[in-house]
Amino acid sequence: MKLGVMKPQRRNRLLLVLALVCGLGLAVTFVLKALNSNINLFYTPVQVLAGEVPLGARVRAGGMVEVGSIRRSDASLEVAFTVSDLAGAAFEIRYTGILPDLFREGQGVVATGTLSKDGVFFAEEILAKHDEKYMPPEVAMALDATRQDALQP
Amino acid sequence: MWRWFHQWGSPKFFYHRSGALIPVLALASGLILGAGVFWGLLIAPADYQQGESVRIMYVHVPAAILAQSSYAMMAVMALISLIWRLKIADAAVQAVAPIGACITLLALATGSLWGKPMWGTYWVWDARLTSTLILFFLFAGVLALRNAAGQSQTAGRAASVLAVIGLINLPIIKYSVDWWFTLHQPASFTLTEAPAMPFSMWGPLLVMVVGFYCWFFLTWLIRLRHEIVRREVRSDWVQQMMKQ
Repeated sequence: MKLGVMKPQRRNRLLLVLALVCGLGLAVTFVLKALNSNINLFYTPVQVLAGEVPLGARVRAGGMVEVGSIRRSDASLEVAFTVSDLAGAAFEIRYTGILPDLFREGQGVVATGTLSKDGVFFAEEILAKHDEKYMPPEVAMALDATRQDALQP
Repeated sequence: MWRWFHQWGSPKFFYHRSGALIPVLALASGLILGAGVFWGLLIAPADYQQGESVRIMYVHVPAAILAQSSYAMMAVMALISLIWRLKIADAAVQAVAPIGACITLLALATGSLWGKPMWGTYWVWDARLTSTLILFFLFAGVLALRNAAGQSQTAGRAASVLAVIGLINLPIIKYSVDWWFTLHQPASFTLTEAPAMPFSMWGPLLVMVVGFYCWFFLTWLIRLRHEIVRREVRSDWVQQMMKQ
């Protein structure tokens, strides 16, 4: 279909609609770019360490729960753990309450709460974030077993 | 090609030729959806982390895919109706908008039910969830505009313009999980990499997606034929048909 063989009236309507969509698309792109930090759901460990998080304000922060970092209280539901971005940056989260079923080491979490002056994040709510991989439990167990074998010579 | 375009653009030709498709689509969607539900809910394995809750995927993912592609189809119909002023394309927009709205609502509702046991919340305002909610509002907006002002031609054009402009939202939904930090995980299926799940899971998922599409085209066709007869009720061919 060539633009040249279209009836001028139709071609003009096509160009008008295309111009409208492109113009608005450009406008939306700029708006989204400007609002980038507001659209992100949570602050990353790097942002937390860099002091981008306003102290004392209710915000969301997240990362991966570091393996071996979970410390539970014997007497209460209090739990403390470290979340990292798997690239070196990490901060501590403290929380009292029931954790979601998917909360475990090596999985992502998004915490809502406040950051204190000493860099500890006091969470009021913890949401579990999971990755895009799915597999049956037997496969996961087999994978774990091969990984263990590889670690032990 | 143009001859084909003009033939199928004629309401009478379309109505008479498309009727034969209804039993085919009805049978296909019944069989495929039945097989997909059986395979996905009873045979497919549970997930190593999510357990049995992962089965919500077999409804949620097809609904989400269909929600977006039905919007794309509606926008193409709207574009045709704006540029070529094809009446049947306008009827197609009117027929598909409520189906798209329902499917988007189904994707949002199943996602919400899945989010509570897995994430720990029914809803967060992350980029994926919010842009999908906007998709629902776009469908609702097109539907409301189309039916405004006594379903006039002007209302049809306004609805079509909105439908085409709303296309901007589709790449935002698609890439929201890559562009921003969201609670929703990134895509499990990409064109370049192997699926992030075994065949025992993506098999039934694919069947459900095909089944959802069959059901969607069936519903769209029934609604469109209904709309054609309603609009052409004073024409000779409809009058003749009603006498028989």
